[in-house]
Amino acid sequence: MTGGPVLELEGISKRFGALLANDGVTLSLKKGEVLALLGENGAGKTTLMNILFGHYAADAGSVRVMGRALPPGRPQAAIAAGVGMVHQHFTLAGNLTVLENIVIGSESLWKVGMNRDGAIRKIEDLSRQFGLPVDPMARVGDLSVGERQRVEILKALYREARILILDEPTAVLARPEAEQLFRILKGMAKGGLSILFISHKLHEVMGASDRVVVLRQGRVVAERVTAETTPAELAELMVGRAVARPRREAHAAGAPVVVAKALRVSQGGGMALDGVDFEVRAGEILGIVGVSGNGQAMLGRVLSGLARPDGGSLTFEGRDIARMTPRQAVRMGIGRVPEDRHAEGVVGDLAVWENAVLERLRDYARFGFVKRRAAMAHAASLIARFDIRGAGPATRTRALSGGNMQKLILGRNLAAGPRFLLANQPTRGLDEGAIAAVHRELLQARAEGAAILLISEDLDEAVGLADRLQAIVKGKLSAPIAAEAADARKLGLMMAGVWGTADAH
Amino acid sequence: MTVALDILMTASLWEAVLRIATPLIFGVLGALICERAGVLNLGIEGIMTLGAMVGWLTVYWGGDLWTGLAVAVLAGMAMGWLHAMLTVPLGLSQHVSGLGITLLASALAYYLYRLWVEVGDLPPTIAPFQPLAIPGLSSIPFLGEAVFTQMPPTYLALILVVLVAWFLNRTPAGLALRMTGENPHAVEAQGLNPHRIRIWAVMAGSGMMALGGAFLTTAAFNSFFPTMVQGRGWICIALVVFASWRPGKALLGALLFALFDAFQLRLQTVVEGVPYQLFLMAPYVLSILALVLVARRARVPEALMQPYRRGER
Repeated sequence: MTGGPVLELEGISKRFGALLANDGVTLSLKKGEVLALLGENGAGKTTLMNILFGHYAADAGSVRVMGRALPPGRPQAAIAAGVGMVHQHFTLAGNLTVLENIVIGSESLWKVGMNRDGAIRKIEDLSRQFGLPVDPMARVGDLSVGERQRVEILKALYREARILILDEPTAVLARPEAEQLFRILKGMAKGGLSILFISHKLHEVMGASDRVVVLRQGRVVAERVTAETTPAELAELMVGRAVARPRREAHAAGAPVVVAKALRVSQGGGMALDGVDFEVRAGEILGIVGVSGNGQAMLGRVLSGLARPDGGSLTFEGRDIARMTPRQAVRMGIGRVPEDRHAEGVVGDLAVWENAVLERLRDYARFGFVKRRAAMAHAASLIARFDIRGAGPATRTRALSGGNMQKLILGRNLAAGPRFLLANQPTRGLDEGAIAAVHRELLQARAEGAAILLISEDLDEAVGLADRLQAIVKGKLSAPIAAEAADARKLGLMMAGVWGTADAH
Repeated sequence: MTVALDILMTASLWEAVLRIATPLIFGVLGALICERAGVLNLGIEGIMTLGAMVGWLTVYWGGDLWTGLAVAVLAGMAMGWLHAMLTVPLGLSQHVSGLGITLLASALAYYLYRLWVEVGDLPPTIAPFQPLAIPGLSSIPFLGEAVFTQMPPTYLALILVVLVAWFLNRTPAGLALRMTGENPHAVEAQGLNPHRIRIWAVMAGSGMMALGGAFLTTAAFNSFFPTMVQGRGWICIALVVFASWRPGKALLGALLFALFDAFQLRLQTVVEGVPYQLFLMAPYVLSILALVLVARRARVPEALMQPYRRGER
């Protein structure tokens, strides 16, 4: 099925200041192959791809496409040679149409007039051929994330790409969308395209690639045929040491801490939460699984004091918290790890110490002045206790990696010893090492008696951490099942909304 | 009420509307092109003043009227180049740079004028553009007098609206310009150079702004004085928002503002007992109202006022 090499990178090195992002990277991609480039965040994957595509010029090394060297630092040459790139952050204009986003750059700027009908026909042909349905006249801003990614891929195909490079293509997709994407990519490879995708997710690499190249600290550390390796081996190669996600140990849960009964919240005319019942007990993790967009965000908002329910009851240790404010939530001992750490978790431009005390500023203020020294000391203790790397109390928070940012958020909540913790997608976008760290902290809090509500799309995570699981579908919750009773089939049915009274408890 | 209707029914009012609108049309198109590419150009007020002076001076020194307009365009592009250099490759604040350009260009215009022109009791004058009746069309009753007996640059302004609209929506270069104002990363990812596109857009837009200024001294009046632009540049900046960054609506906005202005001028002469300053204010008040009503739903170019640096997100 696969032929000779269509793309060869040889001895690529790139230095940013003191950081050697790529160190003599050599790899090749064969025709009709799906190659995965696996590595943790910061391993140099994205830098390598940007060099390949001509966004950066390498300090040393060469890129050859179909045996011919590409001039460094010129995206146009890469495009002309048949290389198409789908960036992690989409390069699309929301105010323009699909058509406009796709044809940009494909015609000479000196040409008067555009061949719209021809372009539309070509896009429709490509959509049909590769199974990427999209309306050329739709405004990109109105499309879902999955549809936008299709537009990105079509953009590359429209420019006659024979080699498709995808940088963390599933970072923004829900699981079913991601699975569909990989089906499409495999079909493309069968059709003669060559595909290189970047990922730090083991299950994707195992499921979708023919071959894996593992990158660590800028160097190629291993190359494996996917069929001949295991997720455990890849995880170890990627991190450089054996990593295992911590395991939950059985222990008896205490009294109910947070109890919701028939909770209802409306949003934009519909019901975001429609008669939801659950209880989270002390020393227990309750996992809420489901495809994103089924009410998880609203559940998180209600439990953070950011949205008010329209009906039903919500109590914390017997007190009504349906109308609490975020400040009251913090005071009462409710910890919150928000879904989007950049938007709601931290203020990127503030220092680590400022983010560490922002939630409880009154404890770190006297006569209207911030007690800087105490706040800095608190931040330093969080950094030490939660192993937040690459930062001091005065570092700008934006400079932290996703995993360390999440440890900061988790740390400032856990340091206060919350009796209830909301963990909304706590490991989204994190690499394997950071995931293990976050899981350890959550399990530690559970062991100390906190009641934890875990909202997650990652089934392995939910089954691994939670004592009991409930599925959320269109604003409704299934009856809980014990984690021991959860298998893939049962969870799949639950997440599809198939649950009967027989499945309860 | 009947007075107002009478005024609206005269062809001479509508003739004046088009004349008053002409510098605004040039200015608003210029500002629109800059902003669609992602650069706010607050240099407009100064660029119009400089265009007014340079255009007039060229004719005063013996140049042809059209040569005067061409030289004004070049002067505008030079100022645009400066603004583009500061805001695009250097990525400085577009507000600060734009206001600086306005101060610089206005002062430069007056300085050069005083340096090169002998001013007696009255400012020197030139022979300006004369109305050009379009054969055939100008004999249509009412419409002929109102629309087809204008000065040549007014026709140019109207043609330019169509050209700019066609360029933006129907050519690859126009699409690249719009994309640069929405997401310069996307432009770069497709192998184009967003910096180069922005620089050219700002220069072209600034040339149009200067043309609007030159209309004031070569057609609307026949002499130059330093305060003659009188905030028309700022009006254009507001009109771009009013127009939701669309050339057709920009024309409409310019005409609407000119209508208020022409109307209040005539009202001043017939209504007594009301301070004339109130009439002078009217177009501006109405513009603000129109802005509030129309512009709330506008789709702003997403990358407007955001400098683009390679390799950053």
